[in-house]
Amino acid sequence: MAVLVFAEHDNRSLKKATLSTIAAAQKLGGEIHLLVAGHGCAEAAKAAAQVAGVAKVLHADAPQLDDEIAENVAALIVSIAPGYTHLLAPATSNGKNVMPRAAALLDSQQISEIIAVEAPDTFVRPIYAGNALATVKSADAIKVITVRATGFDAVAATGGAAPVESLAAPADAGLSRFVGREVAKSERPELTSARVVVSGGRGMGSGENFRLLEPLADKLNAAMGASRAAVDAGFVPNDWQVGQTGKIVAPELYVAIGISGAIQHLAGMKDSRVIVAINKDEEAPIFQVADYGIVGDLFKVVPELVEELKK
Amino acid sequence: MKVLVPVKRVVDYNVKVRVKADGTGVETANVKMSMNPFDEIALEEAIRLREAGVATEVVAVSCGVPACQETLRTALAIGADRAILVASDAELQPLAVAKLLKAVCAKENPQLVILGKQAIDDDANQTGQMLAALLGWAQATFASKVQVAEGRAQVTREVDGGLDTISVKLPAVITTDLRLNEPRYVTLPNIMKAKKKPLETLQPDALGVDVAPRLKTLKVTEPPKRQAGVKVPDARTLVEKLRNEAKVI
Ligand SMILES: Cc1cc2nc3c(=O)[nH]c(=O)nc-3n(C[C@H](O)[C@H](O)[C@H](O)COP(=O)(O)OP(=O)(O)OC[C@H]3O[C@@H](n4cnc5c(N)ncnc54)[C@H](O)[C@@H]3O)c2cc1C
Ligand SMILES: Nc1ncnc2c1ncn2[C@@H]1O[C@H](COP(=O)(O)O)[C@@H](O)[C@H]1O
Repeated sequence: MAVLVFAEHDNRSLKKATLSTIAAAQKLGGEIHLLVAGHGCAEAAKAAAQVAGVAKVLHADAPQLDDEIAENVAALIVSIAPGYTHLLAPATSNGKNVMPRAAALLDSQQISEIIAVEAPDTFVRPIYAGNALATVKSADAIKVITVRATGFDAVAATGGAAPVESLAAPADAGLSRFVGREVAKSERPELTSARVVVSGGRGMGSGENFRLLEPLADKLNAAMGASRAAVDAGFVPNDWQVGQTGKIVAPELYVAIGISGAIQHLAGMKDSRVIVAINKDEEAPIFQVADYGIVGDLFKVVPELVEELKK
Repeated sequence: MKVLVPVKRVVDYNVKVRVKADGTGVETANVKMSMNPFDEIALEEAIRLREAGVATEVVAVSCGVPACQETLRTALAIGADRAILVASDAELQPLAVAKLLKAVCAKENPQLVILGKQAIDDDANQTGQMLAALLGWAQATFASKVQVAEGRAQVTREVDGGLDTISVKLPAVITTDLRLNEPRYVTLPNIMKAKKKPLETLQPDALGVDVAPRLKTLKVTEPPKRQAGVKVPDARTLVEKLRNEAKVI
């Protein structure tokens, strides 16, 4: 039997979360097949074939698979599911949208955002904003799983030579129509895979003030993130939100600036290797998880930090 | 048009959750319980649709123990017209909830079901997508803007790369993200009025749904604790430490 991994890609290359998901799949035993679905994604399928440890790439290319339309993508996954013991996807917004739909159609209780594989039917996942870890055992014939990328070290993107097989897509369900996309363009590294993340919170005071963090992020080659409060206030776009209900990050270095450290924020970043906090309130809970803290006014400390980094 | 809003009773988001000593779960005795925050947003959106004349009736549904009636009374006080409790003492996992909600939809025939994107206790983020699948309806998850017109809903969705907008055919399932709206507060007169609004109770058996859990929880443990580090006096010391001690820059 085999394991199917649903690839997250941008038509040309695989997202890093896919490589972490393959690492999780390797702990299950069995051949690993990678499903690359989309429209005009032949390049991504080629990239998929090179990933170490992949036995076969299934390439489904059709207009109705474009733009992550859940009804059509879930139908595709369900159409090939009977050949597999496990269906895995990264816990990205796309994976979270599609996989539960496929799971329900297969009468399977999905296991969300696993961080460890104990056995082929037993997994560890955080609950209550990461305040507890549950070890759960599934009795379902086909196990449907989303994988938290920070829980698994990515496999190598090259070294493999898997065959690519074309797959026909089910017809358009005709339920949803794509209207448009607002992509926040950025030259910076992608938030969930960056080596360094610089995040700002309500303490930044305005969207304009977030500019202050740019030279710091430049110096550290960092992605930029934010707390919910900063996003809700409209300082920065929604896709910057780190936390329980935003993105989960675990960079080498996380710098929290003007962020108090609410449990919902910590849920998204407390597995970072080194955490730095800058906050004027010495009692702020963020200091309880920070390796290094500076108590002070961010408008003074951040420019100083940039100066020091130039030295 | 009728709108159904499933609301879950969860440990309040302000509570510091503790793992039980015997490793079977988390402490919920004598802990403040509230409506899942995303469900408050779902309810607010449904009520706004009614106030705008798009929806005619808003029905709140909760599945679980008798105490979920409190959550439903809150929903009625916020502005739902009536409420349904699907009573069950069993541990209800998302697939079971989706099946119960499907059965409720068969009785109620809503044009729209608005759920939260995620319950803050199980952090599953599944029920809405599963319900849409079982009904064969369109789904629009993680909504930050909803417009309903001419048998369709145009929904802007919060996704990893920014915002996607899709147009779905009704009936449909929508799940809410944080930026969709700011829920109103419950007022005392509305709490009084809510006491007179209808609250019906249904049984899973009568709905023909098997709610037996599929996942068995073997144990629940505390995550590894992070040690608090040190406070440093200034930016110079910080950079020195990051370079020479943590070796991260
Ligand atoms: C259902 C739900 C889901 C949630 N999901 C998330 C999530 O995914 N991510 C998330 O982040 N939050 C989430 N939250 C919100 C969370 O509970 C907090 O409200 C939020 O994280 C607070 O953001 P903050 O730290 O920026 O703001 P605050 O808590 O207001 O903290 C601001 C901090 O800035 C400091 N400060 C102010 N001015 C300065 C200055 N000049 N110099 C230095 N320091 C300064 C203050 O001392 C304070 O500590 C969620 C909440 C709910 C209910
Ligand atoms: N027991 C329940 N009763 C009513 N609604 C529920 C229940 N469980 C989940 N939901 C709904 O499904 C959403 C997502 O929950 P989940 O899939 O568990 O993260 C919640 O925000 C609720 O709207």
